[in-house]
Order: sequence, then structure tokens, then C-alpha cells
Amino acid sequence: MVKTRMLEIAVGAFMVAGLVALFFLAMHVSNLSQLTGGDGYRIIAYFDNVGSLKVRAPVSMSGVRVGRVESIVYDQQRFQAVVTMLIEEQFNEIPTDTFANIFTAGLLGEKYIGLDPGGSMDALADGDKLEHTQSALVLEQMIGRFLLSKAEEGVD
Amino acid sequence: MTDGPLNAPLNALAAVGRAVLDRVARFGRAHLLLLGMLAGMPSLLPRPQLLLVQLFAIGVLSVLIVVVSGLFVGMVLGLQGYYVLSQFGAAESLGVMVAASLVRELGPVVTALLVAGRAGSALTAEIGLMKTTEQLSGLEMMAVDPVKRVLSPRLLGGFLSMPLLAALFSAVGVLGGYFVGVGLLGVDSGAFWSQMQAKIDFEGDVLNGVIKSLVFGFVVTWIALFEGYDASPTATGISRSTTRTVVNAALAVLALDFVLTALMFGD
Repeated sequence: MVKTRMLEIAVGAFMVAGLVALFFLAMHVSNLSQLTGGDGYRIIAYFDNVGSLKVRAPVSMSGVRVGRVESIVYDQQRFQAVVTMLIEEQFNEIPTDTFANIFTAGLLGEKYIGLDPGGSMDALADGDKLEHTQSALVLEQMIGRFLLSKAEEGVD
Repeated sequence: MTDGPLNAPLNALAAVGRAVLDRVARFGRAHLLLLGMLAGMPSLLPRPQLLLVQLFAIGVLSVLIVVVSGLFVGMVLGLQGYYVLSQFGAAESLGVMVAASLVRELGPVVTALLVAGRAGSALTAEIGLMKTTEQLSGLEMMAVDPVKRVLSPRLLGGFLSMPLLAALFSAVGVLGGYFVGVGLLGVDSGAFWSQMQAKIDFEGDVLNGVIKSLVFGFVVTWIALFEGYDASPTATGISRSTTRTVVNAALAVLALDFVLTALMFGD
């Protein structure tokens, strides 16, 4: 009887320790604690080139994360990439003429969207489109432009 | 057979054929045993005590080796990662490196290898000895199905224990990496955790690691039980089966890891 009780206590402790370890991995190691539960509103932006922007990349304003990229698809009529962003509910005062840029975190880091607020008094609502966007900087294009300008300098 | 010039090559060919047929037969027996074990799972519901004993034997008794290994693996990752990353001025990414290596790969794989060595070999020896001493036949004589009564609880015990052990391994490993990186080498504590949380995805990394360890738990226990059940009823037979369990389980884990990684993390 005592042996069975010790066995039950040991297995119980093992289960609790394993689940605590999983909880630790979920809340402290992964991004689960930062995920929004789908609450918020969606805004859409068109970009000529999204570079290596990924779904779930952060959307930030002044360096503070306000949402995440929900989907990236290609619009066959506009020949542009359509990025849908899920903005958290509490950030509901973003002006309608906000500028969306695709930036790179660090020197070679991941791409994210930076929102630059405009001056409009109206706030963005669910389903609104951002008119002002700037595409991701593509290294090859920059090098191409730099070489072209150098070549033109040489001609002059 | 007749003696002739073709006799030697034909014998060699027959040996190849026999070896292949043996392998196929073993494979078939393993699957039949698996079906029997799965069919025996519902009979565990009224007898949770059987599962409890196996969770203790496979899970609890493996905790020490898993936790100690996890701690040292995490500490070594912290140390080596720091030396490489600090050359690029990216020592703050140490947390990501340690956590990604542990959660995605080392946690599930090393835990499975350790469990195969500690609990898997014990299972094979136990079942093999039960067979040799005719305890399994004895159960059958008493109209008790040994597959349902003896093997099914062990399969479920291994299946349930592995993800918990792998989670312990990864969690302790991350803390080991933190201790070395932040405590001893002076990496910024905030950067260590924030970069880790920014890059490690719950569904993509943690959950996939858990799925991997569930698969490994199932396969390692299945191999261990089959090798024990299929062992020749001699001392040499049991020792061979025990060795085969460790070798086959390790190879299966490594091969499955490649397949699962390609399926989960390939874009």
C-alpha cells in the first residue's frame, strides 16, 4: 500500500514537472505569450516588392509592436503584393494616411513593417487600405543603381 | 541439391533470399504485434495501475539521466555558441541559438536516444526474460492475453513519457545555456530572453518538437517491446535483442528525425 502511494506520488511529480517544462517552453522560450488571440482589426497595404517579408512578421510603430502580418498574396490585377496586417485592438487611433514601410531588423535580420503615422484625424478601421507604401530595399537593385550612377559619373 | 558448377553461386543467392525473407517476416511480426498492442489499449482503461507502473519505470526512472544530460548539453551549447557568435558581435543571439537547437532537434532526439539506452534496453531484457522463463506462456495458460496485459501498458507508458522527458531536457538545457551565457560569460539577460521569444515560434518550433518526441516515444518503445517479444529464449538471445534494441531504435530515431524535420521545417 505504501509502495503504491510512493509510486503514485513519483508519477504525479513526473507529470507535473513535464507539464511545467512544457509551460516554460511555451511561455518563456517561444512567442506564445506575445501572440494576440485574433482580436483586433485588419488593414491592407499594397507593395511593389515585399522582399523576404514573412507571414507573422511584426508590424510596429515607433519600434513598438502593434500587430502582425496575417497574409501575403499577389494581386493579379494590380501586379502588386497584398499584405494583410492584424492590428491589436488597443491601437485603434492610427490615422488613415499612415505610411507603411518594409524595413530590415539589424544588418541582415528579418523584414518587418514599420508604420509611420500621418496627420489625418480619421482612424483606420477594419478592412481599410493604406495608400502610401514603400517597398523593401532589395540589395541587388541598390547595387545596380549605385553602379549605374558611377557609370554615369564616368561618362560626364 | 545436385553438385555442379552452379552450386556455390546458387547457395549464395539462396542466402540473400533467405535474409530478405527473414527481414520481411520480422517486419510483419512487428506490425502484427503493434496491432495487438493497439487493440489492447482500451483494456487499460479499467486498470490504470498497469500504466502507472510503466510511467514510473520508463518516465520517472529516466528523469535523472535526461535532466543531467539536458543541463550539460545546454551549458556546452551556451559556451560554444558564445565563442562563435561573439566573433560576429552577435552574442545577444545566444538565447535563440540555444533554444532553437534544443527545442527543435536536441531535445527530442537526444532524449529518445537516452530513453532507448536506459528504458528501451530494460524493456527488451524484461520481456525477453519473461518469454525465456515462460511467464508469457503462463499468462496465456491462465487465459490472460500477454500482449494486452504486459505489452500494451508499456507502449502507452513510453508514448506518454517521451514528450514530457523531452520538454524537461529542453527546459533544463535552456536554463543551462542561460547560466553559462548570462551568468558566466556576461551576455545581457534581457536580450537573451527577448531575442529567444522573438524568434522561437510556439507552433513551428515547440509544438513540432513535441510531435517529434511523441513519434520517437512510440517507435522506440515499439522496437524495444518487439525485440523482447521476438528474442530467442536463451541468455545469448536476450543479450542480442537488447543490443539490437539500442542500435535499431537509435537508427530509427535519427532517420525519422531527418524525415520529420524535412516535413516540418522545409519551406
